[in-house]
Amino acid sequence: MSESVAVPPAGALVRARDLAKTFDVSPPWLARVLGRAPRAVLTAVDGVSFDIPPGRTFSLVGESGCGKSTVARLVVRLYEPTRGRVEFDGIDLATLGSRAAMAPVRRRIQMIFQDPYASLNPRWRVADIVAEPIRTHRLLEGDAAIARRVGELLEQVRLSPVDGEKFPHEFSGGQRQRISIARALASNPDFLVCDEPTSALDVSVQAQILNLMRDLQREMGLTYLFISHDLAVVYHISDTVGVMYLGRLVEWAAARSLFHRPQHPYTRMLLDAIPDLEMTGKARQAVAGEVPSPIHPPSGCHFHPRCPLANARCRAEAPRPRPREGGEVACHAVEEGRLPERGGRATVAAEFQAS
Amino acid sequence: MDPAAYGNRPLLVVRDLRIEFPTRRATLVAVDGVSFHIDEGEVLGVVGESGAGKSLTGAAIIGLLEPPGRIAAGSVTLAGRRIDNLPYEEMRRIRGSQIGMVFQDPLTSLNPLYTVGRQLIETLQTHLDLSQQAARARAIELLGEVGIPSPQLRVDQYPHEFSGGMRQRVVIALALCVNPRLIIADEPTTALDVSIQAQIITLLKRLCREHGAAVMLITHDMGVIAETADRVAVMYAGRIAEVGRVDQVIKRARHPYTDGLMGSIPKVGTDADRLTQIEGSMPRLTEIPAGCAFHPRCPKVFERCTHERPDLASVDGAQVACWLYAGAPAEAIDRV
Repeated sequence: MSESVAVPPAGALVRARDLAKTFDVSPPWLARVLGRAPRAVLTAVDGVSFDIPPGRTFSLVGESGCGKSTVARLVVRLYEPTRGRVEFDGIDLATLGSRAAMAPVRRRIQMIFQDPYASLNPRWRVADIVAEPIRTHRLLEGDAAIARRVGELLEQVRLSPVDGEKFPHEFSGGQRQRISIARALASNPDFLVCDEPTSALDVSVQAQILNLMRDLQREMGLTYLFISHDLAVVYHISDTVGVMYLGRLVEWAAARSLFHRPQHPYTRMLLDAIPDLEMTGKARQAVAGEVPSPIHPPSGCHFHPRCPLANARCRAEAPRPRPREGGEVACHAVEEGRLPERGGRATVAAEFQAS
Repeated sequence: MDPAAYGNRPLLVVRDLRIEFPTRRATLVAVDGVSFHIDEGEVLGVVGESGAGKSLTGAAIIGLLEPPGRIAAGSVTLAGRRIDNLPYEEMRRIRGSQIGMVFQDPLTSLNPLYTVGRQLIETLQTHLDLSQQAARARAIELLGEVGIPSPQLRVDQYPHEFSGGMRQRVVIALALCVNPRLIIADEPTTALDVSIQAQIITLLKRLCREHGAAVMLITHDMGVIAETADRVAVMYAGRIAEVGRVDQVIKRARHPYTDGLMGSIPKVGTDADRLTQIEGSMPRLTEIPAGCAFHPRCPKVFERCTHERPDLASVDGAQVACWLYAGAPAEAIDRV
């Protein structure tokens, strides 16, 4: 999505341009020589671009292996991109070579991970876990000042300052995720990357965390990149949603537009596969096929083997992103006007069965 | 599905089931006084958050409780026969032939060292009098039935050669291969992507209908329950909070916990600024409150809830364990 970005570039806090990441997954050298196994390259992310305006939530949604978590790690520079760049507040992160040059930006970008059991050091007290970013970035001097700040942060995530004396194992999953959030907030960040922050939690606890994230965004003007496989969660939390399939962003738009008027056949398929709490007893639409291996992605449009609208062009040529209502969509069928009207679930089901 | 079509005979009856874990400090009660039944051909959903005791209940029914866990009280009856106190060997024969199982992670329920065909053939020959050739033919037929493409080739492959969704299909084939009367499916779609989830749910539903098997579907996902189950039991802290027809429970939840749970689920198309929030979290087994286990988190709590435990009682066709429906003071109902 090169030129036709709907959001004015000047308004973006985070801008990703043509991001790509490949991993070498070749067998070891000896096995390659003896077994005549070729080198293998996994393209996890393949040319993803997006803008996130300040104070907004941009979500990436997709099935496992679509590259959404890799994008999160590229944005915080846990991975170096193979191609493309990430700009944060107008600074190209690739130009910040040394750790020292990166540090002021690091302070402003924080991450929340999926598993609150794995992301907190079990041997540290909660107060030390939350204080670590403050100490690392030398934001406050003196133990008393730090302790006061930790207490504030714990209250901000609706825990009590006395909880700082405890160890992570004394908390439930939801409370641990609150601790992760408190730690992320400790360095006064502008931008939080949340990689499946509620996937390991029960629904009632998930509701608590989602509400908390929303309150914090409002109070502190935070910008979120939210990664999730759960469409309902994404609908609830996002301003803008991008749908990924096998490393590519196939469609992005304002959340309401994307969910109510999906264009890309894959987006439609995902939406049709959501279990619907209203239609008790009726079957949701099962969709044929599975996500192919990212080591050998299909030619042309990656989705064509599962797509009811695929033709010769889809098999040969990768579609480029085109503008759509409030976003972009990369699909030949949309571009050529071959896209059928989306009626109820039944219509789409018929399309897929006919294929 | 119309339950009347199956004659409404209870296939499985669980009465006052109590599961305990003796520890050095105290005996933990993980499941306490759980009673329910499943009719022939019926799908009963069991829903609850982690630690509610839903998987333990399933494990107790098939006699696979991990020690030191034990059934301390109550009974499990399958087709009129009590099965909770059977010797190991007899129970082993019932598993597979009478009760099939589908677990969350298909990779752990398949043996990685044997081909899929060998595992199917072994199960078939254990329970049915089949020759090697007949069993193999039946195995291939079953793989085709669960929607695995080119089953003649796939039958000789190992579990790691299958994708997650395909593996779960194999597990379903294994569970159904000797036509059990009851399938216990514990989070069968939780490890799968949403598009694959839909395929597996549709398959499980169709096959159980064709084979006439009843299903106990254990999951934390209300969406899966909504489209699959005939009735649903909502569990909280080792007890059943509410049981009723799926549409009743989902659209008009009676128990405050079920109501909060439904409100906390984000829904596509519903523009809510905030989700309904149940404060706090499920109590640990060591500190289950007196009275109604939900009372410290309940927005409608009143005096009686704090010391007296409510039993399941009929409320408009559903069964609800809540004092709100048994002579609650007027001001408590007003706050509803």
